Amino acid sequence: MPTVDNRSLELKWDEVLAGFKQLLPISVFVLIFAVAFGLAAAQKGLDGASILLMSTLVFAGASQFAALDLWGEQVPLVPLIVTVFAINARHLLMGATLYPWLRDLPRAKRYGVMLVASDANWAMAMQAFNAGKSGLGLLLGGGLAMWAAWALGSWLGLYFGSAIENPVSFGLDMVMGCFLLAMVVGGQKNLRMLVIWVVAASSSLLAYWYLPANSHVVVGALAGGILGALWMEKKVEH
Amino acid sequence: MNIETAGHGTLIIILVMAAVTLVTRWGGIFVMSFVPINYRTQQFISAMSGSVLVAVLTPLAVNGDNGARAALLTTAIVMLLVKKPLPAIAAGIIAAALFRLL
Repeated sequence: MPTVDNRSLELKWDEVLAGFKQLLPISVFVLIFAVAFGLAAAQKGLDGASILLMSTLVFAGASQFAALDLWGEQVPLVPLIVTVFAINARHLLMGATLYPWLRDLPRAKRYGVMLVASDANWAMAMQAFNAGKSGLGLLLGGGLAMWAAWALGSWLGLYFGSAIENPVSFGLDMVMGCFLLAMVVGGQKNLRMLVIWVVAASSSLLAYWYLPANSHVVVGALAGGILGALWMEKKVEH
Repeated sequence: MNIETAGHGTLIIILVMAAVTLVTRWGGIFVMSFVPINYRTQQFISAMSGSVLVAVLTPLAVNGDNGARAALLTTAIVMLLVKKPLPAIAAGIIAAALFRLL
């Protein structure tokens, strides 16, 4: 838990490099998906510069694919904003969960590392922080690895997209899902956590079925979080 | 309101998407800077961090094809057995590929 000693707050470049290397294997898969995105975007009529610019500035795959679904000669602005916000709203929760470990950083660094916050590096960083280690290197270094892979792959998709016409049949669409599940299973396991997960899972599913599109992550996460705040672990006395 | 994708329209759309995404990346830590971090907040945060993942994964497992389910089930089992993420993820992807091949 967030008993932070000062050492974990410094941003050391060797830790950033180590984080970069640790996220390289998953970045290979990010790159393959980026190629698929580049191809899909090109087929929608986006030019190379726009595809590269979008991946560099937005760096949020699911929302970029969703934007392509809205793409035509005209793009409706409000549905675009709502869709991108809803799909990326999980970043709000990630930022909130990281806050106890980022709050003593200078403001520029605090907001700076969040620029590359994404599912995989966030999950790895949280696991490190919860184990009492520094996760800043994983967050920043790992994020840079995935960001570079996403941008590079999107650009490559213009030229080599047809080489991986059907990534789904090779199970590649499951990479991020399997990665996140491995993080869940590798985390803390006890009755309290199990009940919290069941509540999060069922509220997410109900939201998926009955609430507006893309609201399920926020609903499930908040339900689990609120239960965790009401049913607290006994404080360990030192 | 619609934006033409011809001319500068595409650039405007990309900038709008980038701005919205940036709000989501910065909003969480910004809001939390007004929330007192006590034991209850910490418990909320740690429960929520696992719940984010569970909430992403559940619809994937329930509404996905059998390949998706095989991938997730295999990943969970291998992760419980060997406790290392990379073999677990690899096994999950192979399971999905095999399942879809059959």
